[in-house]
Amino acid sequence: MNWGSAGEFFAMGGYGLYVWGSFGVTAAALLIEVVLVRQRFSAVRRSLRRELAADRDTQD
Amino acid sequence: MNAFIAIVRRDLLLAARRKSEVLTALFFFMIVVSLFPLGIGPETAMLRRIAPGVLWVAALLAAMLSLNRLFAADHQDGTLEQMSLSPTPLALLVSGKVLAHWLTSGLPLVLLAPVLGLQFDLSPRALGVLMISLLLGTPVLSLVGAIGAALTLGVRGGGVLLSLLVLPLYIPALIFGAGAVEADVAGLGAGGHLSLLGALLALGVFFAPWAATAALRIALE
Amino acid sequence: MSQRLVNWFKFASPASFYPLAGKMWPWFAAIGTVLAAAGLWISFFVAPTDFQQGEGYRIIFIHVPASWMSMFIYCVMAFWAAIGITFNTRLSGMMSSALAPTGALFAFLSLWTGALWGKPMWGAWWVWDARLTSELILFFLYIGYIALTAAIDDPRRADKAGAIISLVGVVNVPIIYFSVKWWNTLHQGASVSLTKAPSMAATMLWGMLIMALAFWMYSIAIALYRVRAIILERERHTAWVAELPEMQR
Repeated sequence: MNWGSAGEFFAMGGYGLYVWGSFGVTAAALLIEVVLVRQRFSAVRRSLRRELAADRDTQD
Repeated sequence: MNAFIAIVRRDLLLAARRKSEVLTALFFFMIVVSLFPLGIGPETAMLRRIAPGVLWVAALLAAMLSLNRLFAADHQDGTLEQMSLSPTPLALLVSGKVLAHWLTSGLPLVLLAPVLGLQFDLSPRALGVLMISLLLGTPVLSLVGAIGAALTLGVRGGGVLLSLLVLPLYIPALIFGAGAVEADVAGLGAGGHLSLLGALLALGVFFAPWAATAALRIALE
Repeated sequence: MSQRLVNWFKFASPASFYPLAGKMWPWFAAIGTVLAAAGLWISFFVAPTDFQQGEGYRIIFIHVPASWMSMFIYCVMAFWAAIGITFNTRLSGMMSSALAPTGALFAFLSLWTGALWGKPMWGAWWVWDARLTSELILFFLYIGYIALTAAIDDPRRADKAGAIISLVGVVNVPIIYFSVKWWNTLHQGASVSLTKAPSMAATMLWGMLIMALAFWMYSIAIALYRVRAIILERERHTAWVAELPEMQR
């Protein structure tokens, strides 16, 4: 174990800003990418469903 | 071979008829070069140091701006399609067009650069190295630029998109070209840089027409 | 032998790849999560404090894997480009498009973490060392690919144009890297190299490797998910899309 306390962990020996700035932005970026991809997929699925439902309705 | 010469002749003739296009690129080169001292300051020692980089960057930008006339006009009036259907290999015709393009855009830069280099107080020897570096490098710019021009043929936002695609690919030529002059000024000899530039040129001559042709066929589909 | 060939090419059709991708991505996501947890554990709790750089060096556990991934993904994009051009398969282009945003993101993260590492260590937010500068250019190459494919309306033409630019790019990357290294060694002024990581304790190497693998699994999962969206967008008007279970009301 490197850290005596949670405080030490967050301070990262004075480099906290840089270390957490890196890990934090990375985590945020990957999260945002996941969210965006899921949005893209649901958007196309939604619009396709609507299209196909409309087609089906006009066929009846 | 005849087709090659014919294409070069044709493009040179067309460029001669539209001299303004060629000349505007040259004036652009001159203006851009003048901007740097205006932006940075006229101190001679500093200008001498930044001169190779400035002249080379300006050459890159001027080369890039002139790329749109490589294929666009022929594409618009259907000549390009005719060329792709002709029995002559399209790659040969593309090489001819690139050569003509270089003769009307790159070569003038080579001749103009020493004059502008004087504004930066470069020594005659450095000016000589500059000319050689541009002589070797500007064909690379035309060759690689042809690929970008073919890819963006008829595409929205063509000009800026072309710069985005092509400028990163120009960087090695920039590094070796400007570096050659700097190395010579520093007394280290420009041989290494110039040989590398020559290697780039050789690579470009062999592969770029090929890639540009493939890109043209995609654009013509 | 011919049976196996046939099986591979079967998955070259978007219609058969779509469900396959749907089944595969959760596995990659799961493996990636486990690897990330292990990697982070090593990064923070196993790797010792560095003598010279203190705790700040821990950024390499993101910076180096992100750089590796940005390079690797670009090569994979070029690979799919080559496949697409050779076999004229639609799916290859879709795969490249699916990979590009993730690759660009890793290039950006590499630059970002590089800056955050450089500032406390060498006092500047940006140093023009060979690695960072090459990474910057690689980022530009990604943006170029994305811009080009976005600007062309016809998806097939966009794919093929993107294929050419990524193949040209991948050939140029070693040239660019070499020229930037050359340039860097000649201008020894700002010669602090971010690659001078602390002498690699075995744990540090393991940490970087595991984080890199985690990023790799993540990239595969995200690319598979994204390619499914791309497939649906491109294949809107086909019969097989209409028959998909998720499309039935």
